[in-house]
Amino acid sequence: MDFDYTPDEQSFRQEVRSFIAENLPPKEKRDKSFLGTWLEKVRAKGWVGFAWPKEFGGSDGGLIEQAILKEEMSLAKAPPLGTSMMGLAWVGPGIMEYGTEEQKKKFIPDILDSKVTWCTGYSEPNHGSDLAAIQCKAELQGDHYLVNGQKIWTTGAPWSQWIILLTRTDFNVTSKHDGITCFLVPMDAPGVEVRPIQNMAGDKHFAEIFFTDVQVPVENRLGAEGEGWKVTVSALANERSSIGEVTQLQAKLDDLKTLVKNSKRQGKPASEDPKVRRTVAKFEIKISAMKYNGLRYLTKQIKGEPLTSETSVNKLHRASLEIEMDDFAIELSGQAGLQLRGGEEAVDNGTWSKGALNWPNVVIGGGTPNIQRNIIAERILGQPKD
Amino acid sequence: MNFGFTEEQNLLKDQVQRFMKEACPLSHVRDLSNSDSTFDQALWQQAAELGWLGLTIPENFGGLGLKWIDLIVVLEAAAEGLCPLPIASQALASTAILTCASEAQKASWLPAVASGEAIVTLGLYDEANWIDPAAVTASASTHGEGFILRGKKPFVNDALAADYLLLAVQGPQGLALAALGKDQVTVTAQPTIDSTKPMASVDIDGVEIGADDLLPMSDEQLAYLTDCGGVATTAEMVGAGAAILALTNSYAKERIQFGKPIGQYQGVKHRLADMFVDLESYRSLCYFAAWTVDDSPQELAKAVSMAKGYASDAFAQIGIDGVGLHGAIGFTADYDAQLYLKRSKWARPMYGDSDYHMDRIATLGGL
Ligand SMILES: Cc1cc2nc3c(=O)[nH]c(=O)nc-3n(C[C@H](O)[C@H](O)[C@H](O)COP(=O)(O)OP(=O)(O)OC[C@H]3O[C@@H](n4cnc5c(N)ncnc54)[C@H](O)[C@@H]3O)c2cc1C
Repeated sequence: MDFDYTPDEQSFRQEVRSFIAENLPPKEKRDKSFLGTWLEKVRAKGWVGFAWPKEFGGSDGGLIEQAILKEEMSLAKAPPLGTSMMGLAWVGPGIMEYGTEEQKKKFIPDILDSKVTWCTGYSEPNHGSDLAAIQCKAELQGDHYLVNGQKIWTTGAPWSQWIILLTRTDFNVTSKHDGITCFLVPMDAPGVEVRPIQNMAGDKHFAEIFFTDVQVPVENRLGAEGEGWKVTVSALANERSSIGEVTQLQAKLDDLKTLVKNSKRQGKPASEDPKVRRTVAKFEIKISAMKYNGLRYLTKQIKGEPLTSETSVNKLHRASLEIEMDDFAIELSGQAGLQLRGGEEAVDNGTWSKGALNWPNVVIGGGTPNIQRNIIAERILGQPKD
Repeated sequence: MNFGFTEEQNLLKDQVQRFMKEACPLSHVRDLSNSDSTFDQALWQQAAELGWLGLTIPENFGGLGLKWIDLIVVLEAAAEGLCPLPIASQALASTAILTCASEAQKASWLPAVASGEAIVTLGLYDEANWIDPAAVTASASTHGEGFILRGKKPFVNDALAADYLLLAVQGPQGLALAALGKDQVTVTAQPTIDSTKPMASVDIDGVEIGADDLLPMSDEQLAYLTDCGGVATTAEMVGAGAAILALTNSYAKERIQFGKPIGQYQGVKHRLADMFVDLESYRSLCYFAAWTVDDSPQELAKAVSMAKGYASDAFAQIGIDGVGLHGAIGFTADYDAQLYLKRSKWARPMYGDSDYHMDRIATLGGL
């Protein structure tokens, strides 16, 4: 056991830090052209798709270096390393693993260059947690498939150019995991209709999408027909390390502590209130637990031991932190805490009140807590399936 | 960066687990805790021969010169079977000697500690639920060439088995540890809920000791020893917590109600998942805390408070749910789940409960 970094790892961290010092101006000095320049520079460094193989334009970066990169970027509150988030998270890895040579050539560079934004068409109105039961239909008709059906909760659909789409090509299957096929579909294809949905925080980030007789060329199929479930599962498995989240949560905790120091409870400094102190300490413990759980799992991965579903442990911690931290901040601030951004008395420009409405992004978006508990009980503890 | 155990540490873990299975199964633990003396000399001898008693003692004093991160491997694995041997007490007392004794005392005492020939324990606080130098109320005052002691140390771990005791007192120059032999004091058993962790009061009132037998101890050293105690206790909570989770997890797969294994009901399986999440988390925090003891002492206080602060409440709940998920069988004396529940009660206040540790985290974090 050794929490020290090797000289190589340290010098990599140093390299990231100096890069940030040179290229990341303070928030108020970032103008319109900044993001474009930033993206070009991190791309030139090879830090977009850092862990991807060199042949696809990545850097073959190691797991520790990747963690260091994420950690430093998130400490510096830097913009993302590329705007094609889902492209980088799972569409790209999915294409590298299952795609044809043409698909690799066509899609991978644009993801790395932040030229194309992808969205993820998995969930349907009647099939959320039970994803494998999807019904959106794709029928082979000569050189193309005809797609009919509906997707919903598709994040980024209103501004994405492409969608990774999960369909059913076979309805006569014994296991629902069979007969699923994955496609790469342009959002401007005739017959694709996007209707944004407003969430409780007031944003229209996700949408429902209707597919009516959409013609998708056979060459846009990702993986073999009927293999869509495998493609999906292995692509989602790319979302692993929680290092970046931990640094974000730590920064949020620092802000929360500042708020505590500036708040009163029953006329006395809130920082003297035992309940306040205990609550803040609990957040800090949970964030540290996430950090050290994450490092243990990372070590396991490096040693080549299989990770079962340990990341669900940190997902559960994160879910409760996302809900509780903002709520606690609001509670500390009384009615002023309830004002949103722009409100006369809004606390910290409404960050906390907005956060208190935004937790479903994390808590529901990536699989609900009940589903995470099922995963732990069934895959790690070996309990029978529901 | 490497947050995993070495090959040697994994072998050590296997060795302890094998020892527990073969030489100290729970049936034996039960027999011991029902007998007058919970201490098993033959078992102690075996542990000594395996080198576990001198793990953290430097080689020049007869130990193995390893670190706390190695020690907790033993403590965790031994606690899976609720090992009643005073291994943690021996380790804490040797840490106290290494911290507060003179070089000459180390050279004369430690070899016998490392070999297990001398059983040693450490008693720190006199006030219940209070971790603070002021919670040491026993005293030593100058008397002739040496000192005379006043007070009675309550709930000292393994005091009945110990040959030597290091007991915190307020001395003429501030805090100190009085080094005593068992014949100098009156030790009276103080049975608690957990008979696998024997405790006793040590009456030191009127005992006279030599000048050399009072080891000066700073407030920081007291805090350090308390933190080491927190690490040791938490490591045992990891082992014991894992054991009752394993017991409950396999019961849930076998017990059929309404035609299905109870583990198929989410009321059961989700509780098991939560037990796993908590155990994993205080396990990670505990390993980190143990690492800081030797490799990053400036982080120790916070790291211990994270680990023990989490574990105190989490293990208590794991104990309750471990019994509860079994139904009535879990309530029976013959079934092992109850032994772990009792250990969780014992461990909760040891070296600081969650209130103490969380408050300290708030302070260390700038509040
Ligand atoms: C902000 C946000 C962004 C999203 N982005 C996308 C996206 O980009 N692409 C996409 O495809 N999807 C996306 N989703 C959809 C998301 O994956 C689903 O919402 C999620 O999987 C849950 O499905 P559901 O909403 O249909 O709820 P349901 O599955 O109907 O669940 C309803 C409730 O029942 C519980 N439940 C369900 N099954 C079980 C069970 N077996 N045991 C116990 N409890 C159960 C759930 O925990 C939940 O509380 C997004 C969701 C959100 C909130």
